[in-house]
Amino acid sequence: MGIEEHLGYNILTTSLEKLVDWGRKSSLWPATFGLACCAIEMICTAANRWDIARFGMEAFRASPRQADVIIIAGTVCKKMMPAIERIYEQMTEPKWVIAMGACACSGGIFDSYAVVQGIDQYLPVDVYVPGCPPRPEGLLYGILKLHEKILQDPFLTKKYQERLALRQEAV
Amino acid sequence: MNQAAELLQEKFPEEVVEVVEFRGETQITVKPGRIKDICKALRDDNRTSFRYLSMIAGMDYLPQSPRFGVVYNLYSHKNKNRVTLKALLADDAAPAIDSVAPVWSTANWHEREAYDMMGIRFRGHPDLRRILMPNDWVGHPQRKDYPLRGK
Repeated sequence: MGIEEHLGYNILTTSLEKLVDWGRKSSLWPATFGLACCAIEMICTAANRWDIARFGMEAFRASPRQADVIIIAGTVCKKMMPAIERIYEQMTEPKWVIAMGACACSGGIFDSYAVVQGIDQYLPVDVYVPGCPPRPEGLLYGILKLHEKILQDPFLTKKYQERLALRQEAV
Repeated sequence: MNQAAELLQEKFPEEVVEVVEFRGETQITVKPGRIKDICKALRDDNRTSFRYLSMIAGMDYLPQSPRFGVVYNLYSHKNKNRVTLKALLADDAAPAIDSVAPVWSTANWHEREAYDMMGIRFRGHPDLRRILMPNDWVGHPQRKDYPLRGK
């Protein structure tokens, strides 16, 4: 963010980081994007019985520029892949990816020439939700896991600098 | 006997190879050479009037020879009946048949699909491109010797 250069790594940056992480996890806006039968379960999750609004996610955005999480809900065909990549690239940082269902995780039953064998070949997936299709409870559980992940996501503190250094060493 | 089979045996006696009746369904196997004339006759003759082409399917009969075939499912709204027209293609390496797109315009996309999936060429087709697979795809994935996961 750049703010740490002025404040230094101290109690202010740590608290600010916590606050921002809490804000990010409390109002995740998913992109309106469904591919196959999993999308129906995703729609169910958004509707009144499961009510994704309880987690601040009811605003499914039709424009990727306003979304910060994309739920890959369904079978990814190779012909669809350029479109998904473009949507992902149009999303603003920070952004997260949930692979929903067996197909998005690994290709599922479609061991075929036309289907991408797991979206993680192209996008950095944060949470995998198995199932064919997963029930709305399953998706909600995955979303809560993503919340946990976001809450522990350092981007201002020393921890972040250490992680960056580790990553660069690995590369 | 079915009126379509009667008509074809009357007008194209050399072209009809086999007529099969099974549970009220008629299947006529013809030679591929004059398929356009045959289709036109089935469409325009008052006895049959098959004005509607339900679908065209490309077939791969590997390991038989002739390997490739094209199947036409016709429907007559007037007589409320169906007929299946079948043509086996002589050349296994480069299967080709005349396009029936001038007879039924719906054949345009059906033939593009058969070309995309099976690699059957339709002579005289107005726009024979791939319809489902990406344009730069190599091979024809519904052929029986095509590996499941692709090449």
